[in-house]
Amino acid sequence: MTLGGWVSMVVSLTFVWGFAAWCYAKVLRGPKA
Amino acid sequence: MSGSVEVEQASAKADGWGSRLGVILAVAGSAVGLGNFLRFPGQAAQNGGGAFMIPYFVSLLILGIPIGWAEWTLGRRGGAHGYHSAPAILGRVSGQKAFRYLGVIGVLIPLVVYMYYVLIESWCLYYAVQYLTGGMDLGTDPGGYTKASEAVFTRATGIGGNGQLFAHGLDTENIVLIVVLVLNVWLCYRGLSAGIEKFCTYAMPVMAVCAVVVLIRVLTLGTPHPDHPERNVLAGLGYMWNPDFSRLWDFKTWLAAAGQIFFSLSVGFGVIINYASYLRRKDDVVLNGLTATATNELFEVGFGGMITIPAAFVFLGASGAVGGTFGLGFNTLPVVFQYLGPFGRWVGAIWFSMLFLAAITSSLSMLQPVTAFLTESLGVSRKRATSVLVGLVLPGVAWVMWFSKDLTALDTMDFWVGTTLIFVMGSLQLVVFAWIFGAERGIEEANHGSDARIPAWFRWVFRWVSPLFLLVVFVGFCIQSLPGYLKALADNPIALWTLGVVAVVASVLVFCVWKADERWSTDQGTERMEDAE
Repeated sequence: MTLGGWVSMVVSLTFVWGFAAWCYAKVLRGPKA
Repeated sequence: MSGSVEVEQASAKADGWGSRLGVILAVAGSAVGLGNFLRFPGQAAQNGGGAFMIPYFVSLLILGIPIGWAEWTLGRRGGAHGYHSAPAILGRVSGQKAFRYLGVIGVLIPLVVYMYYVLIESWCLYYAVQYLTGGMDLGTDPGGYTKASEAVFTRATGIGGNGQLFAHGLDTENIVLIVVLVLNVWLCYRGLSAGIEKFCTYAMPVMAVCAVVVLIRVLTLGTPHPDHPERNVLAGLGYMWNPDFSRLWDFKTWLAAAGQIFFSLSVGFGVIINYASYLRRKDDVVLNGLTATATNELFEVGFGGMITIPAAFVFLGASGAVGGTFGLGFNTLPVVFQYLGPFGRWVGAIWFSMLFLAAITSSLSMLQPVTAFLTESLGVSRKRATSVLVGLVLPGVAWVMWFSKDLTALDTMDFWVGTTLIFVMGSLQLVVFAWIFGAERGIEEANHGSDARIPAWFRWVFRWVSPLFLLVVFVGFCIQSLPGYLKALADNPIALWTLGVVAVVASVLVFCVWKADERWSTDQGTERMEDAE
């Protein structure tokens, strides 16, 4: 696994996990959950 | 008011979502399917690895999310007028009769795709049952694993010859199919809240747990073959993620990324527009749409990107880690599980149970828009609409089952309806949203009641960027794939007849719209407008 592989994997995983966490946090905090 | 409209209204009142999380998980369940775990990793590994993620995320931002938002908004808007099917909603929102007939595509897609998807779903359950009952034994000779795995696939799918599945009579694979069909129809008949929503609310978390279990096992594989130290889990991850930036200059890479996003998110499928039509106008569509998308991406990149290719690479090397959805999922992975020894049986059972859950949450979402369409076009109850649905679906399923040689019928339906028409439907919805309803008005409509806001400048994306990108991708797709499939139509009569079956189904749906046309023209719908204006 090259450095580029690590970077693309970590960035992609951070994006999808972060995106999902942000969305669900906002949904569950919202008044209509 | 006519009796049929009363039935329609009663049906509309009976249907609805129980909770916000329920609708998000139902839409996400529709989107998460076999493609997340099997198609995505194959596409990424073959198109630049980590570099593939650049066009992939660009496509997500300018294609997947905007079309998704358009579909959620159109659906909720149509639902406010008491309509729940793509023909009625597009006709009502656009104010043009032609869109009622064009909207038939939004019913044809889920109906026809269901005819073959339910078979794939039954393969997943068949494999899961085989693993659970110890029936999945590929022998003791590693050299024979691949051949034995192919034999199981041939038996489950009937790929070796037409009519093979019928010749199996009531063997396990056909009993499993019957169980899957009954389960689908029963859950659909129970309705949105008690059937689909309830099922997805349990199925999605279970699917995530299964994915985590398999992921942990894959990441702890280490170097299982001492003779092949180069085949280790890090190298497997590298095979999936090492970027080849030179591939970014290849149009095919962008085409593959845009296609993956498009098909993965279930946009242009006729499902989201139907699901969103059961929301009230004060309900959120912007954040709900984003959350369903984020869930799909989590399963696709977070799990699909980490499991399939690395697992195949560790045991089979680079040559084993390539292949299409079926090759990777049903031929390669059983070999991988066999290499895992006794524990592999349970990993296989978990894996295929997870795929089955991914498939059934998708197939349920295909039945719902058709049921809603039949209900409001024929003016009948959900019960009767479900009966009509079964009458439409079963001959189609039997057709795909019978013409199973080389999966010709399945492949033909998948290309012409499950791929090509999705582009058409996605384009239609964008045109109605951004150009007929109006992008500014559409954004205002979407933001109403939503917990997140689409910025005003996004109108340029809706009006220009997404349609142009979609057009380029569609033209590229046609240039790349159409000649081969047109040749197949000329060379293989079964492919041509299958297209004839699709045409017959489309005619039935057009007839339903024609029958409802006068009523839809005069009826202002149930006008759930008390909170609309």
